[in-house]
Amino acid sequence: MSARHTSSRLRSSTYRLWAPIVVFLAVLGVWYAISLSLDPDRQFLLPTPNEVIRVGFLNQDNLFQVLEGLLWTVAVSMTGLVIAIVLGMSSAIMMSQAKWIETSFYPYAVIIQTVPILAIVPLVGLWLGFGFTSRVVVCVIISIFPIITNTLFGLQSVPASFHDLFTLHSAGRPTRLLKLQFPNALPAIFTGFRISAGLSVIGAIVGEFFFRKGIPGLGRLLDLYRARLLTEQLFTALVFSSLLGILVFWGFGFIGRLVVGKWHETT
Amino acid sequence: MGDRQISNIQPSNSGDTRGRGSSSTLISFDNVSKTFPDGTHAVDNVSLNVEPGQFMTVVGPSGCGKSTLLRMGSGLLPVSEGEVRRSEGNLGYVFQDATLLPWRTVQKNVELFCELRGLERGERRQRAKDAIDLVGLSGFNRHYPAALSGGMRMRVSLARSLTLDPPLFFFDEPFGALDEITREYLNLELLRIFAHAGFGAVFITHNLYEAVFLSTDVLVMSSRPGRILKSFQVPFPYPRDLDLRFDPAFAELTGEVSEVLRDE
Ligand SMILES: Nc1ncnc2c1ncn2[C@@H]1O[C@H](COP(=O)(O)OP(=O)(O)OP(=O)(O)O)[C@@H](O)[C@H]1O
Ligand SMILES: [Mg+2]
Repeated sequence: MSARHTSSRLRSSTYRLWAPIVVFLAVLGVWYAISLSLDPDRQFLLPTPNEVIRVGFLNQDNLFQVLEGLLWTVAVSMTGLVIAIVLGMSSAIMMSQAKWIETSFYPYAVIIQTVPILAIVPLVGLWLGFGFTSRVVVCVIISIFPIITNTLFGLQSVPASFHDLFTLHSAGRPTRLLKLQFPNALPAIFTGFRISAGLSVIGAIVGEFFFRKGIPGLGRLLDLYRARLLTEQLFTALVFSSLLGILVFWGFGFIGRLVVGKWHETT
Repeated sequence: MGDRQISNIQPSNSGDTRGRGSSSTLISFDNVSKTFPDGTHAVDNVSLNVEPGQFMTVVGPSGCGKSTLLRMGSGLLPVSEGEVRRSEGNLGYVFQDATLLPWRTVQKNVELFCELRGLERGERRQRAKDAIDLVGLSGFNRHYPAALSGGMRMRVSLARSLTLDPPLFFFDEPFGALDEITREYLNLELLRIFAHAGFGAVFITHNLYEAVFLSTDVLVMSSRPGRILKSFQVPFPYPRDLDLRFDPAFAELTGEVSEVLRDE
């Protein structure tokens, strides 16, 4: 019986591996079919996968251009994320300490979230120029809200009976924050990090469509390749943008599980 | 060693639960009433004293103000009228829910109160270890609460309070959420610890058998606003074992308590 159990587990795990691969191969097949059925003079719209690999990945100059862009985008988005984490968490902590701070400032956090980022970007550029600083500022604006809400929610969702426990033993505010509210908030905080990390990558790429000076990051390259109809390189840039997004999302999920996984069921 | 002590504890004869207590009184409620800001009149003119060695159980219908009474006794809630006086020393307070911090291991949870009270590390560890041994959970120090059964969590909660060696304990339906077998087992364990630690207790329950089995005194409360309808003294000597429940005298006493409750 246990043997059968094991074999069905095994089957389901190989199944999990194979099913997506089959889908991938199917998509590749359709891709080839479409690409090869196009007129030769229109094939630039969808070059075959091997062309994409030859031009976009195996040509060193082309690949290095994209990798350099990637590096720049990583620098911008991660700087933005770190600032968003510091600012977002400290404002959430302040809001959790006094109702009036929350009442006065939370609406503005919501506004930052709801104003379309495309409307803010030109203004930021106008004020701060088109270099590193304004790109980072855009990332901060786009990624700070989930950190504020998740941290605040975590700090405030401590069950009342836990607070009673701390009251009974005359714990002050700092103790309560450090030993009760903060650990209670950790799972929510990591959820916030994960969402914000993805947003901040998007912010770095989208922001670049407006910042046409300085070192080109992935956003600028995407725009450039599109304008020059360099579809193969467009695909390369696209692949690296997605990989970056997936990597930060997965990375923060991993760190989160490392920190709270022992006692908290992460989804 | 614990057993010899058990037989020394006699049912307290301070059966008159009214009036001012003696100097050893652990807690006294004098004509305490509670009306919440929304107008709910929860507790009405309750007076009672708890002396060392006394195990006083309060039974009453749901929502009659039992938890409110304990919250006032602990200082978590101000009284509306009357006065609560509590002797020096810590208060052990076990809630219906074990209220263990999920991010702390059993050991760390049990150390919490000592930590909040500023005891130094070595002392904290030793006390926690002793308390964990006392509730019979040695070997589970490194487990997280999520990995424990309901009964084990309650024992951790009890151990956590024991670390401060409080002369007075409040129990707010601590075994209410447990199955009957676990409850009986923990009743015995609690009596063993009661004998060992020698505290006074106010215990709340819905279960009349549990009430009579554990206590030196049983108080019956009316439905809201809660008043003390009647107080019973339980004459059975400690140590008690589960066979007591089949004693005719036991059945008679629970019957009497039940009648008072039913008439209400
Ligand atoms: N903060 C509050 N504000 C208003 N009413 C309250 C408050 N706390 C409790 N009450 C009310 O006071 C009454 C007594 O509540 P309490 O929790 O003391 O009952 P209880 O006897 O412990 O009930 P149970 O056996 O169900 O635990 C209830 O009717 C409850 O709704
Ligand atoms: Mg209650």
